[in-house]
Amino acid sequence: MDVKIGVLALQGNVSEHIDAFLLALDRLGCGGTSSVLTVRHPADLEGCHALALPGGESTTISRLIDKNHLYEPIRNFSGGIFATCAGMVLIATHVDDARINTLGLIDMTVDRNAFGRQRESFEADISLTGFDGGPFHAIFIRAPVATHAGNGVNVLSRLDQGIVAVEQGKHMALSFHPELGGDTRLHERFLKKIGV
Amino acid sequence: MKLEELRFGTELLKRGFASMQKGGVIMDVVNADQAKIAEEAGAVAVMSLERVPSDIRKMGGVARMADPQKVIEIIDAVSIPVMGKVRIGHFVEAQVLEMLGVDMIDESEVLTPADEQYHIDKKRFKVPFVCGARDLGEALRRVNEGAAMIRTKGEAGTGNVVEAVRHMRNIMGEIRMLKGMDKQEMTDYARDIEAPAELVIECSERGRLPVVNFSAGGIATPSDAAMMMQLGADGVFVGSGIFKSTSPELMAKAIVEAVNHFNEPEVIARVSRGLGDAMPGLDIHTLRDDEVLQTRGR
Repeated sequence: MDVKIGVLALQGNVSEHIDAFLLALDRLGCGGTSSVLTVRHPADLEGCHALALPGGESTTISRLIDKNHLYEPIRNFSGGIFATCAGMVLIATHVDDARINTLGLIDMTVDRNAFGRQRESFEADISLTGFDGGPFHAIFIRAPVATHAGNGVNVLSRLDQGIVAVEQGKHMALSFHPELGGDTRLHERFLKKIGV
Repeated sequence: MKLEELRFGTELLKRGFASMQKGGVIMDVVNADQAKIAEEAGAVAVMSLERVPSDIRKMGGVARMADPQKVIEIIDAVSIPVMGKVRIGHFVEAQVLEMLGVDMIDESEVLTPADEQYHIDKKRFKVPFVCGARDLGEALRRVNEGAAMIRTKGEAGTGNVVEAVRHMRNIMGEIRMLKGMDKQEMTDYARDIEAPAELVIECSERGRLPVVNFSAGGIATPSDAAMMMQLGADGVFVGSGIFKSTSPELMAKAIVEAVNHFNEPEVIARVSRGLGDAMPGLDIHTLRDDEVLQTRGR
């Protein structure tokens, strides 16, 4: 399958997401026929099978989604969405900050900066349910958590502070940054869900 | 999960934090009201300091870290990251800002240096640092000391982008030049520029600095900001350029949009209209030697 993946490139760690998806596609044996590109305008979404919402500042990215007329196109996007950190805030139905215009694509309530400030950012090995190959080394940077997830949401991992990894339909949301650690198992799981 | 299984303040967390700022605008603020305006305009972070650089120039004297009370008020006022400036070499000011919960520390030549021999040993801190640089050697010396982010120095408080351009061209040009060198030549070059050879080689392999590189020091208009992005900056710091313009809210929003669309002149043209006056500018050549900030720390 020729896969086309878009990375929302309004603000945040876009290049790390591009590199991680290229690596994951390679490991699944379809690196040669696939492409990963940046999405800044609605037209860039055409033909994409998946969209990554990167880490960054959720208030800034939310404002730029509106400014760039991307809110409805992303809401109506037919492919899978891979959301990390700020992306997890954006993709939720509810968030503890009225300034963020949530996309409402995963039924959950998210708290921003749930672990505290940068000095409380941490790395840890976490367990993911239904996942082969042992724990996942997760990098949490001023990370959010979900405090509540709806019935249709598959919770993959939970810490004391709340839920940190979920799936609903074709979408996946993570409070940590798999794109920074070199472990592409979550990317591969997501790509398989969208039919790669 | 047990607390002892968590790791805090690692190099990956520090550089990871910096990479989340990419494509963003970080704005200097001196109080909570300015911080709210910056956040509302779409800043990815605010930089707290006692006075913006153009006021530091006017007032003279010793420029220090901001009053902790002001820093706390700024932290309480916004949900985006709050950074803070400390004097070069002043590791206790850095300890204080870390204690207050500041998310990144700028060891900055804009303040009066506290140590003319040594920079702060940044690896001893859990919180990440950003440092200024004028060329590749200076940038890599700071990375070697533990800086998780570099910003080209420019000449702060002038509203004149010429030095920011010079420093960005220096760093990008030097990295491009490495492409044509073999390992021996790179090792020799590393000695010339007084940088660790392994970091020089890493720059050559990656075609960029090992950490995020922002532009700073003289950005006063949306076009200035977009030019720095086109020259290869990962994002921009705007100091006096926002709150010394006649309409800070409009200028802040316009610079955010210009950075977001730095390759689209039609957007830059649209957002640059009707912003009022940019901050008053200074000709670099009229500065006395002791008024030049970029030569502090090397």
